[in-house]
Amino acid sequence: MIYLDNNATTKVDPQVLEEMLPYLSENYANPSSMYDFAKKPAETLKKARVQVRDFLGANNEKEIYFTSCGSESANTAIKGVINCNKEKKHIITTKVEHPCVLNTYKSLEKQGYEVDYIGVNSRGELEIEELKEKLRKDTALVSVMWANNETGVIYPVEEIAEMIKTRSPETMFFVDAVQAGGKIPVNVKDTQIDLLGISGHKFHAPKGVGALYVKPSARITPLINGGHQERGMRAGTENVPYIVGLGKAAELAQNSLDYELKEVKRLRDRLEEGILKNVFNARLNTSITNRVPNTTNIGFEYVEGELILLHLSDLGICASSGSACTSGSLEPSHVLRAMGIPFTALHGSIRFSLSRFTTEKEIDYVIEHMPAVMEKLTKISPFQDELDALRKLRG
Amino acid sequence: MWDYSEKVLDHYRNPRNVGKLDDADMIGEAGSLACGDSLKIYIKLDGNKVIDAKFQTFGCGSAVAASSILTEMIIGKTLDEVKKITNKDIARELDGLPQQKMHCSVMGREALEDALKKYYGEESEEWQEIEIAEHANAGEKIICTCFNVTENQIWEAVKVNGLKTVEEVTNYTKAGGACGRCKGLIKDIIDTYLKKEAKQQELTPTQKILKISKVIEQNISPELQKDGGDIELVDIEGDVVKVKLTGMCSGCKNASMTLKNFVESILKEKVDNNIVVEQV
Repeated sequence: MIYLDNNATTKVDPQVLEEMLPYLSENYANPSSMYDFAKKPAETLKKARVQVRDFLGANNEKEIYFTSCGSESANTAIKGVINCNKEKKHIITTKVEHPCVLNTYKSLEKQGYEVDYIGVNSRGELEIEELKEKLRKDTALVSVMWANNETGVIYPVEEIAEMIKTRSPETMFFVDAVQAGGKIPVNVKDTQIDLLGISGHKFHAPKGVGALYVKPSARITPLINGGHQERGMRAGTENVPYIVGLGKAAELAQNSLDYELKEVKRLRDRLEEGILKNVFNARLNTSITNRVPNTTNIGFEYVEGELILLHLSDLGICASSGSACTSGSLEPSHVLRAMGIPFTALHGSIRFSLSRFTTEKEIDYVIEHMPAVMEKLTKISPFQDELDALRKLRG
Repeated sequence: MWDYSEKVLDHYRNPRNVGKLDDADMIGEAGSLACGDSLKIYIKLDGNKVIDAKFQTFGCGSAVAASSILTEMIIGKTLDEVKKITNKDIARELDGLPQQKMHCSVMGREALEDALKKYYGEESEEWQEIEIAEHANAGEKIICTCFNVTENQIWEAVKVNGLKTVEEVTNYTKAGGACGRCKGLIKDIIDTYLKKEAKQQELTPTQKILKISKVIEQNISPELQKDGGDIELVDIEGDVVKVKLTGMCSGCKNASMTLKNFVESILKEKVDNNIVVEQV
């Protein structure tokens, strides 16, 4: 099997699993307990917090809160800020955020908040000027993702943070860094970012654990009330084994950043160039530069995405699609639609996302088989004249 | 991951009858590139019989499977048999489709209809009959993808509430209330409904008599026969349909209920809303 869907989830690094196992077996004590038996889990919890602190470039481990996932991190940040700034009723975000952010804002809109959604251009880049114009003194919160999950395009969140704080110092800035963590340096040090969320399973920790960075000056309320855990900000007995896994994964990701930026990028570029060169109806959906190193989003014109995925799956290749048919919603990707990707390619858009476990052999296998898959599938398409024109143009 | 049947898997992996027929006698199209799926079906006839069929589909695995199996289903059948193939038949032939994928089978039926419409001509009696019968089985197609509103739901809302505009439909069903892309389709549904309503009123006296006797014969009589009774059409005077209940029905104390709640309501629904049924 060739797994090229690492923006959906990643395999747990064997080293991560190894660190976790003792806390799923013998070291099961509740870290809050008073006896010696609880010492090891309590210490390891501390260690994980330091690992994540260093991963995110935070000043103090007290700025790190463990959560159950990226969605919880985002919900805690957004609702937490809103609850502490009741007098401000304006929010700015982008049209291309992850649903866990977008739907949180949709629900706030129903409660009377005014939300501006900033668009992107055809390369997937954010319309920063538009954001500038929309920013007001009563803007409670701005939230922009660091990198987009579907296109991999990176948004200049550090610059945006500067801009916000210059113009409206009291506006809080939340960054959803779920797709950036482990792929590019995600460092809040020397930035004006107030809150930032990550999710472990996107960088080789297991599913079910995430973290939220909160700058000491940023005030939020907890999403889950209860015990004293996470200094009262997130109640519930700490998920020690998974937090251990998150810490280890953060450390490994930090150490592999160079590899991601060079080798993973080399393989991604190889895949992208190989497909664009060999497949006549393929087009790159995004900007070439300014992307996380592991992601490419390619539109295959006049062929539908789910059909492509099913045929790739038959070859043992796992990828994903922005096509309507792959989701229960029957809506094509909101990200690609915001970019204005033409209908000819929108429904046939495939995202390949690599990881540090991807090999050159795997990439070459995909490059080798893609033309035959497209040859077979374009034959079924009713748009033969259009395909012939493409063949002449690009073939 | 969709829960596709083995048959669906087989048909999208090895689609049958892919391509076009240059000498096709019938061509039908459904869907569009913008919507994410479209189908073109080519049919070759020998007299009244389908001797070959091919398809071209832009769509997901189940759309290709539905198109592929549809070509297999119609080859060798007469046009009268082909007319009767519903989207449910297509889905059944595939050993079922996931609920969210039923629209793929509807697309198959729509392409068939389009082919029949072009073949017979829009004004022909054959086509009018198909069109009127159609709305009983178009149901599952999702028109508004934002709120998952089906054609049936919109049709019902229009029928029950006498809706005349897209805006009214949005108010009643939410359909068209978000991205608005389906507003054209909603308008089509309203227009088709109004057209159907108008058509019912325009029936000539002979057409009306034929239609009433057909409905009695096909929809009413079989039901009464189940209870050991039957019905005879005696006379039609304007909107008054005179009938005679026979067999077990003739002496039944619920006869007047049967007349009003069953016979009359079916005739109202299928033929004309003004019909009154009387027993002679």
